[in-house]
Amino acid sequence: MNSQTEVMDYIKGSMRRTGSGVLGFWNRYKRNKIGVAGLGIIIFFTLMAILAPVISPYNPNTINSSLYLSPPSSAHLLGTDSLGRDLLSRDFYGAQISLIVGFAAAAISVFVGLVIGLYSGYFGGWADEILMRVTDFFLVIPTLVFMIVIAAVIGPSLVNVILVIGLLSWPSTARTIRSMVLSIKNWPFIESAMINGGKSNYIIFRHIAPNVFPVVFANAVMSVASAIFAQASLVFLGVGDITDISWGGTIHNAFAFGAVSAGMWWYVIPPGLFIILVILGFTMTGYSLEEMFNPKKRGF
Amino acid sequence: MAAASYSTYLARRVILTVVSVFIIISFNFLLFRVLPGNPITLLYRSPRLTFNQEKALSIEFGLNRPEWVQYILYVKNALEGNFGISYYYKVSVTSKIIPALENSLILLIPATIISILLGIYTGVFSAWRENTKADVAVLQTAMAFYAMPTFWLGGIFILIAIYIGGIPVAGEYSVGSTSIINLMEHMALPLLTLVLVYYGQFTIMMRNSLRDVLSEDYILTAYAKGADSKRILYSHAVPNAMLPMISLIAINLGLMVTGAILVETVFSWPGIGYLIYQSIGHLDYPMLQGAFIIVTFSVVLANLLADIIYGLVDPRIRYR
Repeated sequence: MNSQTEVMDYIKGSMRRTGSGVLGFWNRYKRNKIGVAGLGIIIFFTLMAILAPVISPYNPNTINSSLYLSPPSSAHLLGTDSLGRDLLSRDFYGAQISLIVGFAAAAISVFVGLVIGLYSGYFGGWADEILMRVTDFFLVIPTLVFMIVIAAVIGPSLVNVILVIGLLSWPSTARTIRSMVLSIKNWPFIESAMINGGKSNYIIFRHIAPNVFPVVFANAVMSVASAIFAQASLVFLGVGDITDISWGGTIHNAFAFGAVSAGMWWYVIPPGLFIILVILGFTMTGYSLEEMFNPKKRGF
Repeated sequence: MAAASYSTYLARRVILTVVSVFIIISFNFLLFRVLPGNPITLLYRSPRLTFNQEKALSIEFGLNRPEWVQYILYVKNALEGNFGISYYYKVSVTSKIIPALENSLILLIPATIISILLGIYTGVFSAWRENTKADVAVLQTAMAFYAMPTFWLGGIFILIAIYIGGIPVAGEYSVGSTSIINLMEHMALPLLTLVLVYYGQFTIMMRNSLRDVLSEDYILTAYAKGADSKRILYSHAVPNAMLPMISLIAINLGLMVTGAILVETVFSWPGIGYLIYQSIGHLDYPMLQGAFIIVTFSVVLANLLADIIYGLVDPRIRYR
């Protein structure tokens, strides 16, 4: 297999290309159309989340029992939900939960994946074997079912949902990092660090970790997309705090209160489009970063 | 590395599968002991159960005995397919899961086969026209469907079906009907949703795999000896590009199951996914746990099957 040389090229490419600081990085990034579009989408939804209290025409939690399930009108552009709450406002506020869960869960999963990948790749041996078998296990089983069961048992609060998604999504990151570490640790400068008596932890975090960082970064951006997807699916299935305003929750309500079978498209289509867009935004950005860091990875 | 025989390869796979099964069962055993309150009794005691049912369960699962005895009994019961009594239905979990599993397979097997075939077809189409407009269009379509939340796409189809009228959007049969035509009418939308969401990943896999094969030297050799290009594609390239697909399909089975759960919920298809959805609402822990174990077992076993097939069709894997 030529995976080793691939990783070398990759790292050389990333070091050469990120060498000229943040500004140089941005100058190269902005030439990538897909990446810029993706970043634009992320900024759009971040602004939506921050400005939700300003741009929403109504308080998203105000119940108006005389106006439940009303169609779009000049007062309520996207109609009202099963409790007479303004749907447009709820769609704006939904950006908050999606981004919070996305970023927090991605941070957890990337951190765990990074640490496990670094140690597993560096030390090898039986610990590596066990870690890789655990990773195999996680990669194969239907993770969503696993998340449902755990969240249902420990209680589906926002924090628990973040923890469950974060702690069950690390295996693919761990695998990627491990395979890179396996190759990096054979490089002469690591060997010389070992000969000079560098402690394992020092070598791992001082010499190896910085070299895998570009991958970790691209990986983290992709992880946000999958965490948002997982959260939306969980809430849609009824695993989540019903007082939180989220896109998946709105779609759940649309089904639960018969709005879908009544043909109320304004109830379901906007939150779904938002989910698709935000996921696309993170995927496109992550993909472009990966492409930039790795000159060999072009095309699909 | 020493030469490994097919039986060593097989033995290794079987051992890993057994280990996975034990991890799943042990995890479940532990999970229901982190519940607040009195965890052990919470699992099997419910105000809905009669005193006799409760007593029988208590003996069966050894709830008044030491934890390690409980664990052994738990594993034994799980391996025998006994997951306790449903809080909500007050019958054994297994008796609810078996018919639901059958309904899921009725939907999932055709959906998997159609998505794989469609994925292979579009993937070959795309790789053969690499970097043309047709290639990009096929890939973008596949990616667009893949990015859609399964439950949302299902919702859109329901909206369209209701607008058109006459297409069933919920359940497996109309009330009182058992005809195969009726079943197929009900299956149309869930099947379409599943296929559209899942064929894209196979398109991309097939395209990438075939693209790699097409750049191999033996393909060039085939051209050099003057072979017809369709013949090169179908008898030299495609069969070799299919090999990596087998293991990738196996890895993606878990994802297919996830999709099935969401689609079943959208279309109220009485499968195991819909059962899971209802059990979340009912806080029916034994049912959730049983369904989780059955679903995970199925995926793990399907993976073992894929490994066995892969080992037969591609002997190189045994030496890894």
